[in-house]
Amino acid sequence: MSKVAWYRIAVVGGIVALLEVLCLAGFIDKITMPAPHIIVRDLFRMVVSGRMNGAIAKTLSNTALALGLALGVGIIAGALLHRARALRDPLDPLFATYYAVPVFAFYPFFIVVFGLGDLPQVLIAFMLGVVAVIVNTLNGLDRVPTVLLKTARILRMSPADTALRMTLPFAGPYLLTGIKLAVAYAFIGVIGSEFIMSRGGIGYEISFAYANFDNATMYPLILLILIASVAVNGALTVWEQRLLARRGMR
Amino acid sequence: MSGDAMRSARNGLILIVGLLLLWQLLYFWTGDIALASPLATLSYTVKLFATDAFDVQIYETLRAFSIAYALAVVIGLLVGFWLGFDRLSCDALEPMIVSAYAVPKLTLYPILLLAFGLGLSAKVAFGVIHGVIPIILFTLSAVHNTKPILIKTGRVLKLSRWQMVRWILFPAAIPEIFTGLRVGFALTLIGSLLAEMFASQRGLGYVLMNAIGLHNVELIMSVTLVIVVFAATVSVILLAIDHRLHRRA
Repeated sequence: MSKVAWYRIAVVGGIVALLEVLCLAGFIDKITMPAPHIIVRDLFRMVVSGRMNGAIAKTLSNTALALGLALGVGIIAGALLHRARALRDPLDPLFATYYAVPVFAFYPFFIVVFGLGDLPQVLIAFMLGVVAVIVNTLNGLDRVPTVLLKTARILRMSPADTALRMTLPFAGPYLLTGIKLAVAYAFIGVIGSEFIMSRGGIGYEISFAYANFDNATMYPLILLILIASVAVNGALTVWEQRLLARRGMR
Repeated sequence: MSGDAMRSARNGLILIVGLLLLWQLLYFWTGDIALASPLATLSYTVKLFATDAFDVQIYETLRAFSIAYALAVVIGLLVGFWLGFDRLSCDALEPMIVSAYAVPKLTLYPILLLAFGLGLSAKVAFGVIHGVIPIILFTLSAVHNTKPILIKTGRVLKLSRWQMVRWILFPAAIPEIFTGLRVGFALTLIGSLLAEMFASQRGLGYVLMNAIGLHNVELIMSVTLVIVVFAATVSVILLAIDHRLHRRA
């Protein structure tokens, strides 16, 4: 194994071991945090018993819906804006400052308008993700070299062929960056808004467990979210690196 | 005013007018129960600012946010420069920091709350964990992207590590570091506001949650407007400085 991998294992192992010792020695009391091995055991029990399956399914399906919308709308909007200079110029300052505005601040307002169903959560997750997709789509399309497009024209490729064989393969890595961000934002949007105010889902269960001092539910769920988001993000990063490596960009 | 500035001012104006128009149309569509019109919201906001109670809440939010941002900047720069120098630590830790960025940090809030208790310190801690990550990432990439010739020159001049940071790396990396500070600003603000929304007895986030409970549409819209205008204004200013720094470099 490489030095880097050992380093990483040492850091994670060190933190877990430190928490374990602090918890067992009583420096961190049980009400604040159970020892790591107990959290893992509780998570295992929770998964086996299946009592959180409903909440997990709800969160995942809302995340998937928001992600699908963000990708579909974002890529199409990006492709259209790439052609419409007059529309893109006034929108540029919006894109540049978009992530400075706390989108969650709109959540209360969405609840008032759409009620306390799934829609406000999906909408928040969509709003968080879509701009990242648009910006990265535009970025990718901007970087397609003119020579590729000229070659396509010389070969008399149809617009669809040009898009599929020239533009898309070239802009692929940039699109993937957008997708990666959209996945993260969809997760953050759905779980975050469930957490603030909702009637179900993992975020809701965490805040409910928190309100009831139910550490045996809260910490395993938090661990579950940590594992899930790190795993998904890691898988997408590996894919991204592979695409970039093939292009000789890394 | 140069042509560039003119164009961006015009674009900004078009955008603001467009958004106001959209808001007014939405208002016509949904009506009074769900939305307040732009004009009503503005006049309500003006009235709010005149009350002492509201000024106290704004002060409370700004205080938590400023402490959090100062901490995020200091920690972010220190860790960023350290990882920028130490290749092995960087290779090992950078992917971990990147994936921490993707974690829905709101779910970690209960842990912070249990660790720090209800109050200012939990809010500050929550702002810091949001804002520190981009500052670290941008700083370390800025150090890595410094032209090797500058570093070699520093070595030829036998500069100490601190002198190297002070006279070579910092000036060379300033544009990129500033981008990190700009992104960090936005995220710290989001973090501290979220902390207030979820569990707090003071601040704008608390006012917002309270307004939902009371179904006070005008208050919800006014507070949202204040937050959005503040965040957008500061970030436009920071973005302008950012562009200027990058152009000079």
